[in-house]
Amino acid sequence: MPGPDLLSSQGLRLDGRRPNELRRIRCKLGVFTQPDGSAYLEQGNTKVLAAVYGPHQASKSKQLTEGVVVNCQYSMATFSTGERKNRPRGDRKSQEMSLHLRQALAAAIKTELYPRSQIDIYVEVLQADGSAYCACVNVATLALIDAGIPLRAYACACSSSMAWKGGEPEPLVDVSHVEEAAGGVCLTVASLPSTESIALLEMSHRLHMDYFDVVLSRAMQGCRDIEVILDKAVREHLVEGWTKQDVVTI
Amino acid sequence: MAGLLLSSTEKVFIIHGVQDDYRSDGRSNIDYRPMELETDVVSHASGSSRLRLANTDILVGVKTEIDVPKPDKPGLGKLEFFVDCSANATPEFEGRGGEQLANSISNMLERAYHSPHAFNLKQLCILEGKQCWKLYIDILILECGGNLCDAVSLGVKAALFNTRIPFVKAVLMDGGNVDLQLSDDPYDCKYLDVASGPLLVTLCKIGDKCVVDPSAEEESCSVVSLVVGITGNPKFYVTAEEAKNMPDVELKCSMIGMNGPGSVAPKTFKDAINQGMVAAKCLDKALGQALLRERQENTSFKKHSYGFLK
Repeated sequence: MPGPDLLSSQGLRLDGRRPNELRRIRCKLGVFTQPDGSAYLEQGNTKVLAAVYGPHQASKSKQLTEGVVVNCQYSMATFSTGERKNRPRGDRKSQEMSLHLRQALAAAIKTELYPRSQIDIYVEVLQADGSAYCACVNVATLALIDAGIPLRAYACACSSSMAWKGGEPEPLVDVSHVEEAAGGVCLTVASLPSTESIALLEMSHRLHMDYFDVVLSRAMQGCRDIEVILDKAVREHLVEGWTKQDVVTI
Repeated sequence: MAGLLLSSTEKVFIIHGVQDDYRSDGRSNIDYRPMELETDVVSHASGSSRLRLANTDILVGVKTEIDVPKPDKPGLGKLEFFVDCSANATPEFEGRGGEQLANSISNMLERAYHSPHAFNLKQLCILEGKQCWKLYIDILILECGGNLCDAVSLGVKAALFNTRIPFVKAVLMDGGNVDLQLSDDPYDCKYLDVASGPLLVTLCKIGDKCVVDPSAEEESCSVVSLVVGITGNPKFYVTAEEAKNMPDVELKCSMIGMNGPGSVAPKTFKDAINQGMVAAKCLDKALGQALLRERQENTSFKKHSYGFLK
């Protein structure tokens, strides 16, 4: 596959990472007081916020008797990208992202527990530097946990791409904006790592089927690595023992 | 503030407190609640700030673009305000739900910044009649805990203070074309002069008196509020030695607006504006000190970035 050099001769990527290395993930649960659950997550320079409201009663037209309605909204701050965006939401890309978010999160939530109810999940991208969708799934999972909504498993998402190193294919995990823009393949996987199942898979550009397995397994490994980080954050948060929601304001 | 129910006795208690200049949380009528401010939080923007006032959370990003000035104002740059009420704040803002509130806030800011005493648009000029800077000031409301206007205006002023504009050399070529030369050095840039930028102060009328920064309980005792935009004092935005040589400027009112169904007597109105001026002066002074400290830490690379992780 002819592509620009994503790996240096030393085998390092454009931002100095190794092919199987994630960007630094920092996160926090319970950043806001008013929503039922909220979280903030940084994955390198990609920064996202999520708020969860619910479960609450769904409107008559929406409600389902067999399970909860998962309502997602993905929006990007107008200053989040290099070029200024004109609209934070409502364009085709964010509508598609909202649908994909719902797909991944509905797989993780125990929807059967809340018939005729609705859960609102709002995700706001403050800074986009590649793999924004992955960061959104991860932060939404944290916000759902903060809201105390029962989940089957952590929903984690990770992206992967492919580069060549000395004629051998070398998959790259957690694609940054520069690598996305370079035009290679980009595979995005949202999975429930503890059950080894895939909730959403999306691929852009072309990839030879022979290499599909290695790229997918690298992304799945990324998901497992992210799950460890999220789990640690949740445990630390619980040990801390309180969130801003618990602080009584006068 | 839905779901807040106060009995008439509680309301009387609050009204009497305001009358005696002593509010239920211990503040006087011109005191604000504690705030947190951080600048330079978004790396994709030329300038940014995050402000948290009690439960209100605002993120402001300033982006710059080169544009052609308006034919009737060839020597001036452009400002554009855009407010986005994120659904994170309340589910009512989902989709286009927050648009009305967003428009009213951005219009208010536009009016307050319109006066040349408030913001000098000449500093955005690159080549008269040909090229100028256009600043997009994007305001993101992440959480709504009352007193939005004040918080937004503080955030905007902080973000503008933090905005760096690269030096550009513009040369007029043959045929009226403009050749722009941009330096390769990212530190080759200037700060904007926003010292006189206006702050909006919301005055909530309770009884015959007005209070700034009302809490939710106080808001429910009031039927009408005034919003005044008051220009800043450049003295607060320079070091103490430089301030000695600066002439005293009088604060000016660059915008007045009213919210709510009630009415105000002219006397109360005048008192309220004077009270707003006093409050704005204190606020401006505190903001100036905080911003100068941030800039100093920034230039000496000592700044620790907190963002939302604090």
